[in-house]
Amino acid sequence: MTVERNDKERVVITGMGWVTPLGCDLDTVWRRLMAADSGMAPITRFDAATFPTTFAAEVRDFDVDDFVDDPTIHADAGLNVQFALGAARQAWTQAGLAAGSFDPLRAGLYLGAGEGVLDFDNYAGSNIAGWNDETRRVDGVRWVEEALKTMSAMREIEQEPNMPLAHLGREFGLRGPAYNCLTACAASTQAIGEATDILRRGDADLMLSGGTHTMIHPLGVTGFNRLTALSQHDGDPTEASKPFDRTRGGFVMGEGSGMVVLETLEHARSRGATPIVEVLGYGSSCDAYRITDIQPDGRGAAAAMEQALEEAGMTPTGTDADGRPCVHYISAHGTGTKENDSIETRAVKRVFGELAPSIPMSSIKSMMGHLIAAAGAVELITSAMAIKHGMVPPTRNLHHPDPDLDLDYVPNEARVAPVDVALSNNFGFGGQNDTLVISRFED
Amino acid sequence: MSRTQRRVVISGLGPITPAGAGIDAMWKKSCEGGSAITRIEAFDASGFRSRHGGGISRELFNVRDAVPKSYRKATKVMARDTEFAVGGAAAAVADAGLLTKAAGDEPPTIAPDRMGCHIGAGLIAADIDELTMALSRSVDDAGDFDYAAWGERGMGNLTPLWLLKYLPNMLACHVTIIHDCQAPSNTITCAESSATLSIGESMRVIQRGAADVCLSGGCDSKLNPMALLRQQFADRIAETGDDDATAHEAVRPYAADADGTLAGEGGGILVLEALDSVRERGVRAYAEVAGFGAAQSDCSDTVGMRFAEDDPGLESAIRQALRAAKLEPSDIDAIVPSGTGIPDVDAADRRGMKAVFGDRLPEIPIILPIPVFGLCGAGIGAISVSIAAKAIEQQRLPARVNADSIEGLDAAAADSREADLGSILVFTTNLGGQSAAVVLTRIEEDAR
Repeated sequence: MTVERNDKERVVITGMGWVTPLGCDLDTVWRRLMAADSGMAPITRFDAATFPTTFAAEVRDFDVDDFVDDPTIHADAGLNVQFALGAARQAWTQAGLAAGSFDPLRAGLYLGAGEGVLDFDNYAGSNIAGWNDETRRVDGVRWVEEALKTMSAMREIEQEPNMPLAHLGREFGLRGPAYNCLTACAASTQAIGEATDILRRGDADLMLSGGTHTMIHPLGVTGFNRLTALSQHDGDPTEASKPFDRTRGGFVMGEGSGMVVLETLEHARSRGATPIVEVLGYGSSCDAYRITDIQPDGRGAAAAMEQALEEAGMTPTGTDADGRPCVHYISAHGTGTKENDSIETRAVKRVFGELAPSIPMSSIKSMMGHLIAAAGAVELITSAMAIKHGMVPPTRNLHHPDPDLDLDYVPNEARVAPVDVALSNNFGFGGQNDTLVISRFED
Repeated sequence: MSRTQRRVVISGLGPITPAGAGIDAMWKKSCEGGSAITRIEAFDASGFRSRHGGGISRELFNVRDAVPKSYRKATKVMARDTEFAVGGAAAAVADAGLLTKAAGDEPPTIAPDRMGCHIGAGLIAADIDELTMALSRSVDDAGDFDYAAWGERGMGNLTPLWLLKYLPNMLACHVTIIHDCQAPSNTITCAESSATLSIGESMRVIQRGAADVCLSGGCDSKLNPMALLRQQFADRIAETGDDDATAHEAVRPYAADADGTLAGEGGGILVLEALDSVRERGVRAYAEVAGFGAAQSDCSDTVGMRFAEDDPGLESAIRQALRAAKLEPSDIDAIVPSGTGIPDVDAADRRGMKAVFGDRLPEIPIILPIPVFGLCGAGIGAISVSIAAKAIEQQRLPARVNADSIEGLDAAAADSREADLGSILVFTTNLGGQSAAVVLTRIEEDAR
């Protein structure tokens, strides 16, 4: 059933790592996902007490110095870069990589990393200092005078979205093709998909790929609050993120990073590395519909899934000899907004037809929130862990079934389920849809 | 067919520069000589190191002219960077002779699910006046910003769609909606290499068969207080004085006394298309995207402000592009390098070119768009590739604005002239170390 590829074209994951609101190592986070634990709590990064949304899922107990060779090199790194270094080091270690075990010019990076965190206090201060209430404009001269006094050059430069590439390239000695993409919530799925294409073409042997992001900062929360995309749940924050529930009211912000080491099978074999899973297919489409809304039929989402399955050599409406569907777990984008969860459900049914209800599909955003650009990588790693452990994570807080949403969302409790093939979806604000299909590695 | 065999060409050009929208305006300015650098008008920049840059006047470019009537309302939620992308796409699509959804009821030339879109973007700065209006309503008695007031009433002054103006993928979002591009769409955010990498990605997407046509390029505006401050903080911009007429002389790529660059805005969109699709349509193409390469540089300090002396990155990107094009260094007839005038970047350019081209380097004509149009961040690669494609089509080198003498390179000030241009190398490097190289080649007659 699977597509014929030689070892140069087969792409495997040999290392994975993450820094998330549920912890900063593979096993702790997995255990907490299996326990339907939640990472949500009141925001501590700034005073959000009067904001419409006062809570988020923040990364705790993380120190980047534990993950890098020489912390002084990364002294100016912003939180997004720190998370990326933490996740990448875990992936690097699991992959058993070290200088000399690869050709630097054939080892690249493809990240879906978000921008850094604005130095909001000094920025706001400079803006207010330069404000002229009569002209309703900021005076450029007064503004820059204040900005040069209060803002830090390095902190500003480090906010550029290509800075995670610079730090990871430096830390791990990578000199191959290097890209950063930023397609909102789909970014790191798209990054891993495109990194896979670069490997299949033969343009590199190894790619460090994934995403990192935090938008838990004043303007990030402001922006999503103004869009009314965030949950404004009144009460226990751990009950705020309710994907697929009838009472769902928006997503909860998370933050963190997920990173994977991708290699051609040939390269992994040549250095004796152990593949964890194989990347079978990648699909990418664009809604081209509206800036605020998802195409209501799920056309774009379905197209991404169909392409990924086609590249994997699979027929979504077919079953194997045992009557099983070709995919055994779907990691949903599952943001917990009314619109996303309805349309994603529609799209999955469109692709898998009558088999759709028999495929467990859950959203870990119910537990760790929405890691925005990093969500895809973290959810792909979750899918790989599901294959490895034969367990699928639950959708927490699913107590009120929505009559229109009739798939198996694995409500509230993790489940033992053999998973050989998993599919992971992410859809970006702005219309980009990306899907990856991975499988248990078989020789 | 393998993932690398399908041939990809450039069938439309839509640069947005201080000369205006479209390839004709840019090419005319490039050949007649002189610089389009002017005093920064968008805000009072007299407190910055540079008071001049490559600004695009509202008279020469208005996004409302570039969208279908039904889409005019949406221009209100576009950042300036997005306006350029929308304008560039309109120009490129027209130049390629394509009909898309923007043409109304006419059937599209290319099926929507075969049209991709890859647009590089910068770190888009919020409109400072719009945001500060809201911030100024959130101060305490001492006049300092107050979080409680912001949460209670300040943020309510921002339009609900405020965030959507500033997400980097909004450039591609609007372009894909206007032209109905449903194939893969991506947003590369690698500073000055963004557009070049986007063009490489479009090429890959077409080669792997996921699209037949891609709108590709990048746009950015560095002419706002926050973006210009970041350029100044990174020690990249040159000092300009009060004389508007000579301000452009501050940018002197590869000169011994180079002082920095001048920021700009714009960039553009190109139409990348499979050669088989161009042949089927029976239209002309400017040049073939024959090869592409990319690399991460070894940076000698924390974040890549300077490349290491022995950095192999840029050389590797150029060699990959040549190899993919099945060309030797001796086949290259002209180069559009980063050419920023920033001493560290100039030095990295020189090292990379020297490593590949050796003793022949001084004989290869260098094309320098930045002293004419400014450095428009994530958009610059679109300008560089557009100018190279047009130069191949016209068999002409544009004029060069620079110092009168540049050691070791054919890069000093010069008039435009006819030239035999079979292959041109374009490359970009950036702060952060991502290099990208594209080789364009003349399309042989039978393929036109």
